[in-house]
Amino acid sequence: MNLSVLLDMAAEGFGDRVVVGTRAEGLTAARVRELAAGGATLVAEAGADAVLYLAVNGPAFPVALFTAARAGVPLVPVNYRLGAAQLDHLVAQHPKALVIADAAQAAVAERAGLGFRTPAEFLRDAAAAAPAEEGFVDPDSAAVVIYTSGTTSAPKGVVLRHANLVSYVLGTVEFAAAEETEAAVMSVPPYHIAAVSNALTNLYAGRRVLVLEAFTPAGWVDLVRTEEVTNAMVVPTMLARIMDEPGLDRAVPSLRSLAYGGAAMPRRIVEQALAEWPHVGFVNAYGLTETSSTITVLGPDEHRAALSSSDEAVRARLSSAGRAVPGIEIEVRDEDGTPVPAGTAGRIWVRGEQVSTEYAGRGSSLDGAGWFDTRDQGRLDAEGYLFVEGRVDDTIIRGAENIAPAEIEDVLLAHPGVADAVVVGVPDEEWGQRIEAVVVARPGTDLDDTALDALRETVRATLRSSKTPDRITAWPEIPRTPTGKLLRRDVVAGLAPAEQIR
Amino acid sequence: MKPRIGTTLASTTDATTVVVVRWGDTDVEVTCGGAPMVDAKGPEAGTTHPADPDQQAGTQMGKRYADPDLGIELLCTKAGAGTLAAGGAPLPLKDAKPLPASD
Repeated sequence: MNLSVLLDMAAEGFGDRVVVGTRAEGLTAARVRELAAGGATLVAEAGADAVLYLAVNGPAFPVALFTAARAGVPLVPVNYRLGAAQLDHLVAQHPKALVIADAAQAAVAERAGLGFRTPAEFLRDAAAAAPAEEGFVDPDSAAVVIYTSGTTSAPKGVVLRHANLVSYVLGTVEFAAAEETEAAVMSVPPYHIAAVSNALTNLYAGRRVLVLEAFTPAGWVDLVRTEEVTNAMVVPTMLARIMDEPGLDRAVPSLRSLAYGGAAMPRRIVEQALAEWPHVGFVNAYGLTETSSTITVLGPDEHRAALSSSDEAVRARLSSAGRAVPGIEIEVRDEDGTPVPAGTAGRIWVRGEQVSTEYAGRGSSLDGAGWFDTRDQGRLDAEGYLFVEGRVDDTIIRGAENIAPAEIEDVLLAHPGVADAVVVGVPDEEWGQRIEAVVVARPGTDLDDTALDALRETVRATLRSSKTPDRITAWPEIPRTPTGKLLRRDVVAGLAPAEQIR
Repeated sequence: MKPRIGTTLASTTDATTVVVVRWGDTDVEVTCGGAPMVDAKGPEAGTTHPADPDQQAGTQMGKRYADPDLGIELLCTKAGAGTLAAGGAPLPLKDAKPLPASD
């Protein structure tokens, strides 16, 4: 099956329902299909072999996604926030692409010698073009190519085939299950896998999608209230900002479901949100670009059960990513690739139809039996709940001891005066790496030297001395990507040896 | 019949339509309400047959009907009154607990 079949189903099942944008001015499912058919003609006329999307999220994004599907070429959403050199390198991989770019990105297209349409021009031209013939699009062809954020290595192009994405949608969403009044707000940028999966799953469920282009806590709660949003997806830093914003009216009576993922969620934040919004169902989703988005889910009932349980193992699950979705197998393996028993930490491997099989130009990303190495560290509990402990590549090796930063970060983040925290390994002559932490004070809190010393003592008392940061520094902000991922390299660079920081 | 994955099949006894999600190597006839289903975009689209009153268990929009042994899985895109069957045996509803929206 290919993505166009999903759109056909929506257009035939509930064609006159608005699925993109505001109720008054949005696009119906049938209109999205018409625009995709016209857009595919633009692709054919240009002889393009990809649709490159270099713009903020908006109605043109789902239309571009289904245009590419109808034309049988991949959609390539590119991170417009990358530096010029990286951006030029990625765009150069697609010299025959049809380009949709915001005016602000005009220089990128020009440097690559490519013409472009703005999102509004693309929608206008797609509306005017004759519908493309419906050709056969192989389910094994590329539907989307997303470049990884490259926080730990150079960006890789993840090839997601139609079959991967369709498997994800069919396995996790019920067709046409949303009520006509449901609306979802999307806050992540279009080059994030969640933006792609969100566009697909909401359309398939029949749920209207609204886009918040630039996230602010006040803008988010305003949109939820005025558009009577029922479903939302945020990255943890967004929820933290909503919860920590002084004086913000956080009433969101229409909200029924809040999904979060993309990075580790501080326990303090999720506990506060659960308490402030007792009517909301919380969903923690874990997944990677390579897995077509979500592979494990911690659902609303599991959140509430963990919060109120007297059983330590159940309570701990509030920090877990939940259990595997249908069609996904998970194994935790040791360094030699041997599966380890429940409770033991190791490397997370995953297998299933929704998992990408290749990186563009680099060949297979799977082992011989079809398993994918996430390069995430984690463990399963006895009932299959997955605890994700961060990237394997972020492991600090102090002396001969391997230390996962997440464990120390959790202790720091549990402190009431700490809004954000990161723990990194800094090159050290004696230890190879020493442990350093950077924290951000919550608004209204002063983390002076005495407070930082007390914080070190808290870590020492909770963990042990070999896991206690050799130094804790307070910064006004910790560098993160717009999708909430820590930029650890930048933190290490900021902590350059023998330099006094601020 | 051996339809391609993604094909819409239409009932010839009522308004039921399904999309083919999986289809193994088997060549088998799928019926709705006792009469063969046809490719909704094929030459037989629009033909009608009387319904078998004993095959009126009905279908639900959005639900999947599957026979793992035959490797067949159909997704209902328009509900109707007829029973879906493959090779004469009713196709059971695939009991999948809906997941909460995660993105």
